[in-house]
Amino acid sequence: MLELTRITAGYDRRDPVVREVSLSVAAGEAVGLLGPSGCGKSTLARVAALLHRPDAGTMTLDGAVVRGWRHRAPREQRTAVGVVFQQPRLSADPRIGLRELIAQPLRATGRRREVPERVAELARLVGLSDELLERRPHAVSDGQLQRACLARALVLRPRLLICDEMTAMLDASTTAALVAVVERYRAESGAALLAVGHDRVLLERWCDRTVRWGEHHAEHAPTG
Amino acid sequence: MTADRAPDTAPVLDVRDLSVRFRMRGGNDIAAVSGARFSVAPGECLALVGESGCGKSVLASALLGLLPANAATTGSAVLGGDTDLLTAGERTLARTVRGRRIGLVPQSPAAHLTPVRTVRAQLEEALRELTGVRGSDLPKAALAAAARASFPEGHLDRYPHELSGGLAQRAATALALIGDAPLLLADEPTTGLDRDLVERTVDELRRHTDTGRALLIITHDLAAAERVADRVAVMYAGRIVEIADAEDFFQAPGPRHPYARGLLAALPERDFAPIPGMPPELGALPEGCAFAARCGHADDRCTAERPAFRADLACHHAPTGRTHPLKEAADA
Ligand code: SF4
Repeated sequence: MLELTRITAGYDRRDPVVREVSLSVAAGEAVGLLGPSGCGKSTLARVAALLHRPDAGTMTLDGAVVRGWRHRAPREQRTAVGVVFQQPRLSADPRIGLRELIAQPLRATGRRREVPERVAELARLVGLSDELLERRPHAVSDGQLQRACLARALVLRPRLLICDEMTAMLDASTTAALVAVVERYRAESGAALLAVGHDRVLLERWCDRTVRWGEHHAEHAPTG
Repeated sequence: MTADRAPDTAPVLDVRDLSVRFRMRGGNDIAAVSGARFSVAPGECLALVGESGCGKSVLASALLGLLPANAATTGSAVLGGDTDLLTAGERTLARTVRGRRIGLVPQSPAAHLTPVRTVRAQLEEALRELTGVRGSDLPKAALAAAARASFPEGHLDRYPHELSGGLAQRAATALALIGDAPLLLADEPTTGLDRDLVERTVDELRRHTDTGRALLIITHDLAAAERVADRVAVMYAGRIVEIADAEDFFQAPGPRHPYARGLLAALPERDFAPIPGMPPELGALPEGCAFAARCGHADDRCTAERPAFRADLACHHAPTGRTHPLKEAADA
């Protein structure tokens, strides 16, 4: 499903935070990527989510080589990947209500007719009431906003879901609830998962296998 | 099982029936904290746990006198037997309480530290202000202050943005310790830190109770609470619903309140099963028990009548078979 091969990426070409990292996620597989904060795993997640262009290396999605990132990514590839970040407040537009937030990707891809049905379906899945859907981000809790961000990530039915520290700010029950939503979606859609985080207990409980940051470095030593 | 918590010393902090209401435009009040009652003894660590929005951070702000203008408080929160934090007034709080009698370990140390000044400069300033150390004694005192929080000497001339999350946390802790305050208040001190850093941070905080300080740690991280606390207070929808000895709570016999039991069971090392539903809005709390809509034991009484906080528990159907300390219930 996802193949990252010798990816080098970062914000300063002389000092990349990701160096020659390889990682693959098979169709339907759930892979946990475990590492301390600041190690570069979030940057790798952004590469995989087509949000950050790597400096070197190759990435394939469903067997097709990725040639463009961000707005240069072709729509089929962009819509195949859903992503949820750690801090919902940084990724949610404060001016729009949760219903709009969830619906945005549908509108952006010209599928506005699906909005009412799909948003209702997802709101049920993540447990957001009609009343909460009308509120703006500042009027809901972190947990409620993250539920909306997860619904938004699922709205286009991605074949790969990337969760970057999705639950790091949340309490135990909300964490378990969001993971259950992801797993229900994966069970019915067969989607693959890349869960990035620093909580070993959580990732090992959640994922089919867990890769430690640094392990894949060893396997793929730079060749110069 | 009796609580082996309470040495016969007077509590450092004694909170009685503390309530905080926010008056909102349109007359819809928000009951952020209702009837909170707990105490913290010298040398003791109490962890106040609950999810975001449960009122625990509002409670912390109330203790520090940092609530917004539309907040109204009732009850009392007596520090050191003589100062009611709720009525003391900003002048007293600013001059004699914050930093001097309550050391605050903040949630996001990077934001708490002054960005344009080095750690050394900030430590020296706090020392001048809080301890009266002056002139040529300052450099040595700053070194000692840094060492107390295990902040490495070699990093003293760095600016906050040049520090890792862990070092920023230690710098903030060093600042919090300078006034030798008898109460340390740590508000979500481990948010966003990696597990080993969480453990180091709470271990370091814990170390400062050895000298008789009291530590009140506010967190949503149950693993951190388990590691550091002597007692746990669980907050739900603005109320403390259970206070328990940490060992009883995290090991056997486990929590008594259904919400607390659900919260522990949700941990990935346990059942990893969420509590169904979400907490009620603090602006629209139900008549009866705020947890009733999510509780497997709820009956008519639960939906009709709010359970009082008695014998360290607010539940109509507490599991029996244990005797419990009545300390917090003395005047229930
Ligand atoms: S009072 Fe009733 S609804 Fe509330 S926690 Fe106890 S059993 Fe459940």
